[in-house]
Amino acid sequence: MPIYRDRYRRRSSTDSGDPGRVEGGLDVRGRAWAVIAAYGLRALTRRKPFIYLMIVAWIPAIVRGVQIYASANFPQAAFLAITPQTFRDFLNQQELFVFFLTVYAGSGLIADDIRSNALQLYLSRPLTRAQYVAGKFVVLATALAFVTWVPAMLLLIVEVLFAGSLSFVRNNLYLVPAISVFSMIQTALAAFLMLALSSLSKSRWFVAVLYAGLGFFTQAVFAATRIATDGTSFSWIAVFGNLVQIGDVIFRLPPRYTTPPAVSAAVLALLIGASIAVLGRRIRAIEVVT
Amino acid sequence: MMAETEPIASLDHVGVRYGTQWALADVSAAFPAGAVGLLGPNGAGKSTLLKALLGLLKPDTGSIRVLGLDVAARPLDVRARIGYMPESDAQIPGMTAVAFVAYCGELSGLPSADAMQRAHEVLFYVGLGEARYRNVETYSTGMKQRIKLAQALVHDPDLLFLDEPTNGMDPKGREEMLALIRDVAQKKHISLILSSHVMPDVESVCDSVFVMNHGTVIMHGPIASLKSPAGHIFEVRVKGDRPAFVNAMRQQAFECRETEGDFLRVVLPPEAGPAELFLSAAKVGAQVRHLKPSLPTLEDVFAQAMGEE
Repeated sequence: MPIYRDRYRRRSSTDSGDPGRVEGGLDVRGRAWAVIAAYGLRALTRRKPFIYLMIVAWIPAIVRGVQIYASANFPQAAFLAITPQTFRDFLNQQELFVFFLTVYAGSGLIADDIRSNALQLYLSRPLTRAQYVAGKFVVLATALAFVTWVPAMLLLIVEVLFAGSLSFVRNNLYLVPAISVFSMIQTALAAFLMLALSSLSKSRWFVAVLYAGLGFFTQAVFAATRIATDGTSFSWIAVFGNLVQIGDVIFRLPPRYTTPPAVSAAVLALLIGASIAVLGRRIRAIEVVT
Repeated sequence: MMAETEPIASLDHVGVRYGTQWALADVSAAFPAGAVGLLGPNGAGKSTLLKALLGLLKPDTGSIRVLGLDVAARPLDVRARIGYMPESDAQIPGMTAVAFVAYCGELSGLPSADAMQRAHEVLFYVGLGEARYRNVETYSTGMKQRIKLAQALVHDPDLLFLDEPTNGMDPKGREEMLALIRDVAQKKHISLILSSHVMPDVESVCDSVFVMNHGTVIMHGPIASLKSPAGHIFEVRVKGDRPAFVNAMRQQAFECRETEGDFLRVVLPPEAGPAELFLSAAKVGAQVRHLKPSLPTLEDVFAQAMGEE
């Protein structure tokens, strides 16, 4: 049995003077989440369905890009000129891809680790539960940012390039933070909800159904209350209805539902908080049965 | 740095509770450097002890030090220097063996290039060199045990926790695994704690042993001294009323237990001789058909510890 090195050659702590190193040991602090995220993203980008999904998710952005080009270069197409609402509409459209991507990329993130008993392998190493969740969160959040924040910001840049001036951005300075904040909320909600559901099961299929069910069921209940009350004051029941409501406020548009935006914001905060609490309970190296 | 004589791990009145059940009850122990066995029946608290040593379980009472570090205060520093081979099947899905082991190395703090190099080395070391590009999920039970050892070794730990490392292995695979573990302990100078309920495994690898039952350590010490006989051991086969013979032995405070086949193992105190056996057999109308002096085994130590409890 060949072994080429007897022991791993460690640098001593005095070599680097780095307090993050154990005496005579390894560089352990704060890097583990990045290792998890990097591996997760590499694994994701190797999957063909993910690539196809990404390509499809970028089609609306490409269409918007053509719209911007046409309105900037052809007077006949001036009616296509973009407005701040274009960005709101674009992010609204992307909600569909956010949903599919969350289901595809997120459902197995923790469920697969639970199924194969990998949690104890992770947590017996120098990383905390929070770092584990952070690593998984970054995988999903990065994927989602590539269908929300990244194309939206690119569209803004494309507008500046084709218009040849910064006037649109200057006149709508709030757009950059609005796109960023809305994408962040959208991503955080989808990622935390999915991670929490993924931590509840060993089956990624079951998790996918659960996530879809959560969205569709709450939307259906809202739709029923809408018919019954002839109003939209129960929009807070729909998980993603709250996102729509908050999005309108962030983009300085009149909210489309009568639910106070503060209530929608509170529901979103509650959902994210509950998801974090579930993750805190479920991400353990040991399953304690009492 | 730790002094050579310092224990690699010590527990001071440690209690771990699952609900109302104490899995570890007021355990105080100091594990010496080298290969230490953790013996006990299923449910004795061995795995719980390992998990508490890793800092995965917070003790309800007491404190734990591993490699000179307080586990409660510096769990990450402790885990950076420990390799853990869990009892159950565990892998990260969708990975080849080399990617899996390298990933585990990176998670333990190795730079990416070093982790990959070490992964190749360790996989050759555990005998999976030829299969290192195969998906771990396609491995046989024996190979899965080996890869669990590889992932525990990849970052060159100072201390290794092995939880039932020969579980599910065929006799040949088991021998090879034990040889590997012996090599790790003796040639690589990595201290290890081997938890098992298979006594020959512990006996063939470890220098000292801790016997656990009902969440407490009931006996510990170097195997050689624990095995030094406090009397004579005989392998006995009787014809006739066997239970009555066993009772007669026990009434005289002789340790007597059933083993494989028809044989009994009887431990006689130094002052007693085989004549006592024949007398007892005669009293209950049994005949001694086989009598052979035997060497003490870890099984005797274990049986004695359980009996005393």
